[in-house]
Amino acid sequence: MAKRWTNELTRADVTPEKSFLNRRQILAGIGAGAAIGLGGSVQAQEDLKPNSWEEITSYCNYYEFGTGKDDPSRNARALTTDPWTVKIDGMVDRPGDYALGDILAKMTIEERIYRFRCVEAWSMVVPWNGFELADLLNMAGVQTDAKYVAFETVYRPEEMPGTRYPVLDWPYVEGLRLDEAMHPLTLMATGLYGKPLPNQNGAPLRLVVPWKYGFKSIKSVVRITLTDTQPPTSWNKSNAREYGFYSNVNPTVDHPRWSQATERPIGGGLFASKKDTLMFNGYDEVASLYDGMDMAKNF
Amino acid sequence: MVDRFNALARRLPTWAVYLIGVLPAPWFLYLGATGGLGVEPIKALEHELGALALQLLIFGLCITPLRRFAGVNLIKFRRAIGLLAFFYVFLHLLVWAILDVQVLSQIWADIVKRPYITVGMLGFAMLIPLAVTSNNWSVRRLGPTWRKLHKLTYVATVLGGVHYLMLVKGWQLEPLIYLLVIAAILSLRVKFQNLRHA
Repeated sequence: MAKRWTNELTRADVTPEKSFLNRRQILAGIGAGAAIGLGGSVQAQEDLKPNSWEEITSYCNYYEFGTGKDDPSRNARALTTDPWTVKIDGMVDRPGDYALGDILAKMTIEERIYRFRCVEAWSMVVPWNGFELADLLNMAGVQTDAKYVAFETVYRPEEMPGTRYPVLDWPYVEGLRLDEAMHPLTLMATGLYGKPLPNQNGAPLRLVVPWKYGFKSIKSVVRITLTDTQPPTSWNKSNAREYGFYSNVNPTVDHPRWSQATERPIGGGLFASKKDTLMFNGYDEVASLYDGMDMAKNF
Repeated sequence: MVDRFNALARRLPTWAVYLIGVLPAPWFLYLGATGGLGVEPIKALEHELGALALQLLIFGLCITPLRRFAGVNLIKFRRAIGLLAFFYVFLHLLVWAILDVQVLSQIWADIVKRPYITVGMLGFAMLIPLAVTSNNWSVRRLGPTWRKLHKLTYVATVLGGVHYLMLVKGWQLEPLIYLLVIAAILSLRVKFQNLRHA
């Protein structure tokens, strides 16, 4: 069931990481070109080139390793990511503790170059490698009454120095509505630039939901639970006024403390200019998921 | 030990403190321009300048208790410390407005709409009359009013600490430590005044 979504963001010839390019990525590039030729959405793709490896791996929010942007890259190497088990439970036909290796054996890894928009109004373009969450959920067999998917990050105080402080209520938890989770854009990432995901970016397995603010894309996932009630989410528990369950990228709904109308692309240096933030971070294909919903209320 | 320190401080000319004090500004700018502040240098520069300003404000408030409780005399440098603090608050504000927000209409909207920015701006506004009157002529001219006016430093420093606490996400340790230190200095001040009135 892979390859349901076609990449249109690749501009491989200008990335400094062309040495990482493999055949699949080059093919994806050709595919994207064809899609444009057929009249696919051309919006905002002109200068979307991936951020460098250095940018993506040195500027991270992963509070379990510290609240500074460079803390995760310094502290996360202590995290043991092998062996890794993901517990899939709740309203599924085949609950259990799945070894990551067994999961990966059944999944098709592909490249997805996605825009990444942080709630703090900065953004990057990231060339992820991963598989669709839908494939994993189908493997476990989602029961018909399930309506939501809850996720949990690994919690190991001895390996995660940031958890010594109650910055958030550990472990980090997130959630999606089932239709959001099953959307072909929703990815479980295992790599970056064709290389294994660095620990600071959520190794060995993280969620990527490109039309939502970055904190929804929970890192180092150890548990996935199907439920029929909306699951609690960490930032919403911490400050419900500022962080909603949906947290779709939306330039018309400001964060109470800053505007979300614009964003600063990382990599422009000291005199970087800002650019307009796009509704759903430019992924208009998800708009129908929210038909009839008041996005200002369900922020 | 304290005497030797005081003797050393007496020999240090004030202009040297000004000179050393302004050096971090070009240094941070250089770091930001050359990648030394990471891949997002604008927020980093803003943070470094703001933190330094708050540290200088706190240091300025420590000078009186240092003399009173430890016998360390740095009164001679208090004006320099205060003016340097103002200098860094001003640079912090400039970086925020010009490099960070960039849009004139949004700068004003942020000041009015975002409480943490309102609080920060209020603190900055209070420092302006203090910076303007940080000279011998004003001290003579204003007399006892000068001392009262300059008590605003306490308010401005508290606002600076609150501004920091309000802008971070979640409950972070660093701004709480700053506020704790500020609270400790204030309590020393209150305690001393009570002693004097008793």
